[in-house]
Amino acid sequence: MEAINKQRIKERIKGYLKNPWSLMILIFVILATLITFTALVLLVGYILIKGVPNLTLDLFSLHYTSENVSLFPALINTISMTFVSLIIAVPFGIFSAIYLVEYSKRGSRFVSIIRITAETLSGIPSIVYGLFGYLFFVTALKWRYSMLAGAFTLAIMILPLIMRTTEEALKSVPDSYREGSFGLGAGKLRTVFKVVLPTAIPGILAGVILSIGRIVGETAALIYTAGTIATVPKTIMDSGRTLSVHMYELSREGLFMNQAYATAVILLIIVLLINWVSGMVVKRLTKIK
Amino acid sequence: MSKLKVENLDLYYGDFKALKDINIEVSEKEITAFIGPSGCGKSTLLKSLNRMNDLVEGCKITGTVTLDGEDIYKSMDINLLRKRVGMVFQKPNPFPMSIYDNIAFGPRTHGIRNKGKLDDIIEKSLRDAAIWDEVKDRLKKSALGLSGGQQQRLCIARALAVEPEVLLMDEPTSALDPISTSKIEDLAVKLKDDYTIIMVTHNMQQAARISDRTAFFLLGEVVEYNDTETLFSMPSDKRTEDYITGRFG
Ligand SMILES: Nc1ncnc2c1ncn2[C@@H]1O[C@H](COP(=O)(O)OP(=O)(O)OP(=O)(O)O)[C@@H](O)[C@H]1O
Ligand SMILES: [Mg+2]
Repeated sequence: MEAINKQRIKERIKGYLKNPWSLMILIFVILATLITFTALVLLVGYILIKGVPNLTLDLFSLHYTSENVSLFPALINTISMTFVSLIIAVPFGIFSAIYLVEYSKRGSRFVSIIRITAETLSGIPSIVYGLFGYLFFVTALKWRYSMLAGAFTLAIMILPLIMRTTEEALKSVPDSYREGSFGLGAGKLRTVFKVVLPTAIPGILAGVILSIGRIVGETAALIYTAGTIATVPKTIMDSGRTLSVHMYELSREGLFMNQAYATAVILLIIVLLINWVSGMVVKRLTKIK
Repeated sequence: MSKLKVENLDLYYGDFKALKDINIEVSEKEITAFIGPSGCGKSTLLKSLNRMNDLVEGCKITGTVTLDGEDIYKSMDINLLRKRVGMVFQKPNPFPMSIYDNIAFGPRTHGIRNKGKLDDIIEKSLRDAAIWDEVKDRLKKSALGLSGGQQQRLCIARALAVEPEVLLMDEPTSALDPISTSKIEDLAVKLKDDYTIIMVTHNMQQAARISDRTAFFLLGEVVEYNDTETLFSMPSDKRTEDYITGRFG
């Protein structure tokens, strides 16, 4: 039997013909979606076509030489750079958000100044962070081009992002949880760390995930701070390049375009992997048992 | 001697005077009901009794509140006060944790870590709150999966788990169906043997059914405070009479 609650195509066309604005908007939104989708498919498709055939075992050799153009060291560096930056930025970001939401007086001047600063900072182009890192960590502190200088620069870059997302996550925890906890005789510390923070974890993680995305994709801020050496650094005070920087260098030199595309494929896969894993983590954490 | 005594209490939210010269004595192991129209200050007074109003910015209180003769706004440790004077809120507010952890939260706060002891407390509190049979097989499951009525009884159990002396209940049944409501009413009457209970309610039958004494509030004042029976059968104030007979404008 035919469903009676579905508009038939003819009726819908008639409706749209009666109202030209409605028709135009319809065409416009469909077009916009198509263009967006096509752009994405073209981009990913292009990278895959150019990159996948160039994925060779050589690219994953333990050490980089100009023969094998291995991306393996860069892969390791990406992971350690992400790790170190997060270790620096996440605690500071989370704790300052806790201060803003739980401890400071709501709606105070001080808080709104901090908030505006954070918002402004998150809009600054990464090259500016790179130059700052170069002047401060590399030159003034004499850390030279090093993983540490890079990690600190990136940490500063993602700090506002983590702070803002954590703040939103904390704010979305209902006050009734806080009341419930205080009402049982729990102090501020216990209320924040045992009730509020655990509830906000999925939101906080979302911020961390966004940050990982920025770290993995960053080049400008790293070239001037972590440098471009293509090996795994012996210590954190040595220079090393991440995958994105690696790709940038390969294409800049112009000698290894094929390998650059292959690297792009790996980068894409990593980003997808991160998104997938973090999605799973969030789902696991928010699931009602 | 009375358990809780409120003397000359005034309360301001900013410039707004929400409570005016409140004087009330609450006796031990009785149920005291607060009734009155919306916005007259019942919740506000209730929250002043375990200092939940301290959290509200711009709230200023004068007067004295004593628990067993001790001024709760002076020397008493605030967390200890809230342990002794527990609270159940209008909307059930279980934490997003397992049923077990919800109940264990209070005892753990006050230093009980021993697993066996916690298990005992949890079973006893859940039994006292008349919800043990419904949840005993799912203690490790999230408390958010319970129905509204179960959640409210869980919150009562959670409050009982810290062994309070006084239990403040702010319209504990206003969000519940008649069956859950009568369960909680029975519960309150049973708990009276061990606890002093103060209950805010909009439901006059409820106040008449279960309370020993009733206070009628109007515009931030206590108009009349008396034995429940007397207050409902022979109100001395015209406004009380109007309110309980439903003739209030
Ligand atoms: N945090 C606050 N800030 C400012 N005013 C408040 C605050 N809380 C309550 N009030 C005001 O104080 C008065 C008393 O409020 P209260 O919540 O105690 O009323 P109530 O008797 O519990 O009413 P209801 O039966 O609707 O719960 C109201 O006029 C209310 O608007
Ligand atoms: Mg109220």
